Amino acid sequence: MRSTRIPRKYAAVAIAASAALILAACGSSGSSSGQTANGKITLTFWSNANANPLLGVFQKLMKNYHASHPNISFNYVPIQNEQYDTKIQVALQGNNAPDVFFQRGGGFMATQVKSGEIKNLTPYVSSWIGELGSQAQAWQINGAQYGVPYDLHTVGFWYRKDLFAKAGISTPPTTMPELEADVTKLKAAHIVPIAVGSKDQWPDAFYYDYFAVRECSVATLQAAVKGVSANYPCFAKAGDDLKSFMATSPFQPAFLNTPAQTGAGSSAGMVADGKAAMELQGDWDPSVFQALVPKSTWQTDTTDLGWFGFPAVPGAPGNATALLGGSDGNSCSTKAPEPACADFLQYLDSPAAQQLIVGASLLPANSAASSAVSLQADQDVLQASKASSFTQEYLDLAWPTNVGTALDSAVATFFAKPTSTPPQSIVTAIDQAATQQ
Amino acid sequence: MTELKGATAAAGAPAAAAAPRTSPAAHRPRRSRRHVLELVVLLGPALLLFAAFVLLPICIAAYYGMFNWTGYGPLSDFTGLHNYKLVLEDPVFRSSLFHNLIIAVLSLVIQLPISIAIALLLNRRMRGGSFLRMAVFAPYVVSQATTAVLWLLLLQPGGFVDELMKAVGLGGLVQEWLADPTIVLYTMFGVLTWQFIGFGVILLLAGLQGIPAELREAAAIDGASAWQTTRRITLPLLGPTVRIWIFLSMIGSLQVFDLVWIMTLGGPANASSTMVTYMIFFGFHSLEFGYGSAAAVLLFVISFVLAFLYQRFVLRRDTDGALTRAVG
Repeated sequence: MRSTRIPRKYAAVAIAASAALILAACGSSGSSSGQTANGKITLTFWSNANANPLLGVFQKLMKNYHASHPNISFNYVPIQNEQYDTKIQVALQGNNAPDVFFQRGGGFMATQVKSGEIKNLTPYVSSWIGELGSQAQAWQINGAQYGVPYDLHTVGFWYRKDLFAKAGISTPPTTMPELEADVTKLKAAHIVPIAVGSKDQWPDAFYYDYFAVRECSVATLQAAVKGVSANYPCFAKAGDDLKSFMATSPFQPAFLNTPAQTGAGSSAGMVADGKAAMELQGDWDPSVFQALVPKSTWQTDTTDLGWFGFPAVPGAPGNATALLGGSDGNSCSTKAPEPACADFLQYLDSPAAQQLIVGASLLPANSAASSAVSLQADQDVLQASKASSFTQEYLDLAWPTNVGTALDSAVATFFAKPTSTPPQSIVTAIDQAATQQ
Repeated sequence: MTELKGATAAAGAPAAAAAPRTSPAAHRPRRSRRHVLELVVLLGPALLLFAAFVLLPICIAAYYGMFNWTGYGPLSDFTGLHNYKLVLEDPVFRSSLFHNLIIAVLSLVIQLPISIAIALLLNRRMRGGSFLRMAVFAPYVVSQATTAVLWLLLLQPGGFVDELMKAVGLGGLVQEWLADPTIVLYTMFGVLTWQFIGFGVILLLAGLQGIPAELREAAAIDGASAWQTTRRITLPLLGPTVRIWIFLSMIGSLQVFDLVWIMTLGGPANASSTMVTYMIFFGFHSLEFGYGSAAAVLLFVISFVLAFLYQRFVLRRDTDGALTRAVG
């Protein structure tokens, strides 16, 4: 049998073709954006608003914006909250960031800004950003505005008035001993006192953060955030407070595997469904409740829902009314068409848009829309916000990302083994991570 | 027992490389050029892909591992082997590695005997045999993500598993399957077993089908009992298949990820973490890409060394086609 020879040039072609294929596969996943020749602009927009009511609100906001700016349309990509962080990181690293994308501000944003993919919006927003007050400053790095918040977040206890009544609790607690007494009463009434989504770790950190806010002076908190260190006696004291609170076993069975807001079995689902009396969560909780339980149930439940701030810790030298919170917002990527992107972010903070956002049970970034807040519990949050002289940004987001996750992880470990883990281990983990960033 | 060549081939051992055919000396240069060209054309694309998607990423990861890097911005903070040292010293990484090894060992001592028993059972002619085969194999077809979500729901407190156990009078044994740090790893192993037992059974069944019936018949005629036949003939001839299964199971055990990540995120308190969840946590969650890359490279080295040693000392007799010597 005579075998045919394959000419050398064909071999070269075959190799070149396979190389081209590989290169094409590597480089073809860019997200399309920008302006076309006829002036039409499509903004690619990634957000964690992936469930109603917030999803519907954002869709409406984009529709309204498109109606007044017919040349601008949107390619909206809703992404589940916990998955969002990974996706946006990969996009930023791959120089593939969408034009507009959800942002958490603080150290989280500062870490992302290192990518060089996030636009300095200062020239576009400086004329009006002052209207948002001091909270917009948390979205600046060295005076440059890298993101714009659209809401305001405050962490506190969301509770079921009906279940509190069932356990014989008439007014919500204002001090830790009162809260611990209420936990005992709820348990006696066979009600799970507090639901917590420990699987996701960050809800655990709210407890530690709040104890730190109660134990530390404002000046210490600010120094700790700026210097990326928890090496202050009050942070160790916060760990001790957490340990004694954990000793009351206030959480639901198997809380270590409960997610925060995914599905009916989540901590939010438990409160919404009346399976737990309260949870320490951000003010977005009512919108999560609405997404998790049927609307008919929700309507009867809204009047049953109450809010109280994190109780005072007797003897703690810190600010007893200071709050823990933050805000949600958006950033523009460096390649986003301007002024379209910045203008859209400004629109989100306009009174008309803010009223829609308030309709999704969120608190407005622009206080001009405060009157639109209808839920009594949300009004209580706004009241507490006004009465408080200081709001500490969630520590896990205020610090650089690796330090924030070290905090979450250390607190989660403490939650899992409160008796065998020394409270000091949280401070150690934070400071160890700080040396790595 | 030295005349088992037929069984060797049928049991799936790769044939030894054919000896090169001798060719007239005059044609040699031309033929070898053609030979090289054929190799280039046939192997080129595959090698290129292998280099681009396997070798290159490993080298890049090893390089990233030498930097303190968040994944954003330039690689500027060179730290040499410091990250590798930190990973190896981290008790969480050590316990993650230990969890992988526990899963590997448990697979060997629990999954393997069960797989062999089921395979021997299903290898007989019986009513409903094909249905049973399908039932055993079905979980393997389901994606790991689906399996994870399914079992996550079944194992909720007061969920299906708990209620079922209560219904059959085993209520006292109900545990916080996924929330108890002392139990969660074994729960994971249980779900892994549920999913992968079918794979072992199918692999072993294929091995069993390759064992000629004549051997068993001959043994029976010689007066061997069913147990003796299984023990002395079937199991030794199943050796190559079992060794391959152990190899695949070991590699799989070192790479456990999807199931754990969806069901527990490696928690609580890292009680179910594996080397891959450790790597993902520090790489993507904590944005320490340098450190995560170092963990990835160490995971690769550990897997590679174990796989290499196993190939070198255990699989070699199969790959050499030396089964007859080994069994004889």
